[in-house]
Amino acid sequence: MKVSILQFPGTNCEYDTQYAFEKLGATTQIVWHKSTTIPEDTDLLVVAGGFSYGDYLRSGAIAKFSPVMSAVKEYAENGGKILGICNGFQVLTEARLLPGALKRNEGLHFISKHHHLRVENCDNVFLKKLHTGDVVNIPIAHHDGNYYINDEGLAELEANGQILLKYTDANGEIQNPNGSVAGIAGVCNKEKNIFGLMPHPERAMESLLGSDDGIKMLEGFLAS
Amino acid sequence: MKAIVNVFLKAGVLDSQGKAVHHALNSLQFGNVEDVRVGKQIILKINETDKEKAMSDVTKMCEDLLANTVIEDYTIELV
Repeated sequence: MKVSILQFPGTNCEYDTQYAFEKLGATTQIVWHKSTTIPEDTDLLVVAGGFSYGDYLRSGAIAKFSPVMSAVKEYAENGGKILGICNGFQVLTEARLLPGALKRNEGLHFISKHHHLRVENCDNVFLKKLHTGDVVNIPIAHHDGNYYINDEGLAELEANGQILLKYTDANGEIQNPNGSVAGIAGVCNKEKNIFGLMPHPERAMESLLGSDDGIKMLEGFLAS
Repeated sequence: MKAIVNVFLKAGVLDSQGKAVHHALNSLQFGNVEDVRVGKQIILKINETDKEKAMSDVTKMCEDLLANTVIEDYTIELV
């Protein structure tokens, strides 16, 4: 299993992501955004969290024009698996590889804390090690995590099983920290090869640090 | 010439910043303020004399980068 992790100026979760996948036995490589190709034999491409280009203008707006993004789009079109975490999710929506957009949190605060999430659909590689209805504890850390999609788009996401995760309390009841439409924390594309979520599974790899529920999520990719 | 681009969240998309400013104005006793929308203004200095060309270029800039048309609308004024 070879995982390539994208690094833009301002990315700051690339090494946590590397730690997480290496802990699971994957080989990893960090790819600078000026690269015009994705390393050969990449089984999973991760767009890591952080603040690409300082989040100037909008989160992820400038990163979508980095040289590497043409290769990312080509990789996606060929069915390659892509995971976008936090800023990576924002970059993927800006690049229109995932539906919807991320807005400023409803309460206008930066939120950094552990949060529970409910698995909405496990019929995909990302969550195949979990079951629909499972509740996991994964940290969130974002200012622009308020997922928006119009009613028509939301109906389409629901119909296609593209909503992967929702923000809940420990009992699995919706508890929305940022105003996201329908409490959505993560979605995938129709083809289910591109996944994006605002929470950070790579920061939930050690029970000592509060949760190791991220292992179950990221393991899904390794088994595929 | 200059292009003044205004970017706002689309009508119907909750503008949390506008809402916060609205509350603040109401607490300052400006009870006659009915709604507030907060957006951004981007001023571009363009080396171009053809207005039509400038308008079409700036429209493309808005569609590609300056606005996220999933959630935002934009207006362009050339001066």
